[in-house]
Amino acid sequence: MSDLGRVVVLAGGLSHERDVSIRSGRRVAEALRGVGVEVQVCDIDAGLLPTLIADRPDAIFPTVHGATGEDGAIQGILALLDLPYVGSSPASCRRAFDKPSAKDAVRTAGMATPDWVAIPKTTFRDLGTQAVLDVITAALPLPLFVKPARGGSSLGAAAVHSREELPAAMVACFAYDETALIERHVVGREVSISVVDTGEGPRALPAVEIVADSGIYDYAARYTAGMTEFFTPARLSTAETEAVKEVAIRAHNALGLSCISRTDLILDADGTAWFLEVNVAPGLTETSLLPLAASAANLDLGVLYRDLLQAVAVR
Amino acid sequence: MELPQRPGSRLDSYVDRYAARTRGMTASEIRALFAVASRPEVVSLAGGMPNLAALPMDSIATVAEELVRESGTVAMQYGGAQGDEKLREQICDIMRLEGVEGHPDDVIATVGSQQALDLVTRIFVDPGDVILAEGPSYVGALGVFASYQAQVIHVAMDDQGLVPDNLRAAIASVQAAGRRIKFLYTIPNFHNPAGVTMATERRPEIVEICREAGILILEDNPYGLLGFTGETYPALRSLDTENVIYLGSFSKTFAPGFRVGWALAPHAVREKLTLAAEAANLCPPAFSQMMVSRYLSTQPWREQIKAFRETYRDRRDATLTALADMMPAGVTWTKPEGGFYVWVTLPPGLDSKAMLPRAVTARVAYVPGTGFYSDGFGASSLRLSYCYPPPERIREGVRRFADVLREEMELRAAFGQDATRALDGRRAIDTPAPDLI
Repeated sequence: MSDLGRVVVLAGGLSHERDVSIRSGRRVAEALRGVGVEVQVCDIDAGLLPTLIADRPDAIFPTVHGATGEDGAIQGILALLDLPYVGSSPASCRRAFDKPSAKDAVRTAGMATPDWVAIPKTTFRDLGTQAVLDVITAALPLPLFVKPARGGSSLGAAAVHSREELPAAMVACFAYDETALIERHVVGREVSISVVDTGEGPRALPAVEIVADSGIYDYAARYTAGMTEFFTPARLSTAETEAVKEVAIRAHNALGLSCISRTDLILDADGTAWFLEVNVAPGLTETSLLPLAASAANLDLGVLYRDLLQAVAVR
Repeated sequence: MELPQRPGSRLDSYVDRYAARTRGMTASEIRALFAVASRPEVVSLAGGMPNLAALPMDSIATVAEELVRESGTVAMQYGGAQGDEKLREQICDIMRLEGVEGHPDDVIATVGSQQALDLVTRIFVDPGDVILAEGPSYVGALGVFASYQAQVIHVAMDDQGLVPDNLRAAIASVQAAGRRIKFLYTIPNFHNPAGVTMATERRPEIVEICREAGILILEDNPYGLLGFTGETYPALRSLDTENVIYLGSFSKTFAPGFRVGWALAPHAVREKLTLAAEAANLCPPAFSQMMVSRYLSTQPWREQIKAFRETYRDRRDATLTALADMMPAGVTWTKPEGGFYVWVTLPPGLDSKAMLPRAVTARVAYVPGTGFYSDGFGASSLRLSYCYPPPERIREGVRRFADVLREEMELRAAFGQDATRALDGRRAIDTPAPDLI
């Protein structure tokens, strides 16, 4: 049984990833109840703060994806309320959620990340669309990958194989965020490594290798069971396994993250592990990667989530 | 390095066993966006839920209580596959309001008219058969047709509904290709999603075209009694008793939660529908049927429909006024005389699906037009529903939508009108679930 008293799982919110967040929250709540934890699932709405202030749960497990959940906003509020939560500090969340800032930090720490440029929508208006696109394609060789600077679940993301495809990718991206991250599209094996810290320091779970049937791990491939083949642990040599785990741990530390994170990277043919992005509130749905990795490590999800909560509750 | 040969996990051990018809049953990022639309901060002009607040709930509670007390052992028992006989008689009385003379023996009660759609398609359509449908068409019908692997050919409408010449051309084109058309699916009155009504003078012509070509008509009429002036139109079934299958529903005139609809079909067809229904669900829910029947017998349902009409007319008016006040130049829309929906057409180059995330960020939701076509068409259109939000919320929703539209126009002007991502060949379900407000 759990030493924890009452726990609140935060799920929902108003981001584009609300649906995923609700599914994550439901899964986490079920797993925790399975190990005897009393759980209440709360949405991010006007009723939340009065509830938290009145009831003061022992710990909070945020599973809110996208803005508010991952940009440090909700973490900042929880910190002000002095309520322990599973996750990183507001500042770390802000930096990790903003992909260009995260790539900056990771590159500064000596890790490989594909060359990129981050351009706000207004820049195209100010400098002229064609001129800016010309500069981008002159500096960054095709293929490229375009994605919102802030966001997840591959929403608004697209691979670009020719100059002609770039405007459409930019428009799709700007539907989700005001700034686009345009990076060199590194070809290789897509690998994801979850990092958890239950009080003894960050440790990497087994790497998950992702092979989407369509070749692109997009929203449908992520959340439709059957459309993607997952290899857990990834089909890597011992050296490669160590290399990708090291990148995930180093990224976690470089960004000052706590408790839980998931790093997505590409392992190219030369064995270089390229950091793509890190998630501070990774998906925890039935098709998400962290639960897969935990299962491969023979970790019971309920126990893992409870341990994460207990670690922050005693801080 | 050669990868070790070991199987991965697909998180679905049945993945190799699904029928081909499940293609397209995938997670959709567009559908996921509708999760936000249920939040009160968002003005949802996306769903199609009727305004049940107008129903006399105390009276309905009394009806339910009396039903359980007086006939509980029947209402909670199995019933016949064709449905409750008294209800079928009442259905005939209702259809008479739109000129349809039917016999209760030729009526089958179904689990919403959606099940009737499924049953009709099941008994007529083989994989690869062609179904003609208006373009755009009801998404629930397109889903049924896809599940039976039919090919849908859309026939364009104008503001008078289905265009006879377009219908002739579509039939000729399909027949020239050696393909077999099984039926024309049409929503003549207050069309979902287009909001238009088939002109009275076109109706005999369309019936005649189909009769001559040997094409059955599947007439879907859930909104026929919801004309804002109270005017009704002659049902196609009233013009041809042999070549038209007529579908009706209590979902819009009473309440969708009972899931009671019906089909009126020629006798031989009705017999097959009954057997197909029995295979599908044994019988429609007796409790729901008897509730509807008692409601019709004991409550002033005509007055209730009038109240619905007035509510929806006010909301239609709010929608059209707001659109006229706030839409940028180049945007056009239909002007419904009944029903729930306005169909909006954007200037060339705009993509309603691509801009939906921006709309959700701005706290307004609509349904992109592509969901109402089976062939990827419709990107420059969208559906606005006015049935659920009150007029002031509708106006606020249109205001937000107008802002989104201006931003999108600015973006398209910057990146070019061709800046639209190509479809990847998958057809996900990009429309909201039925419980979206």
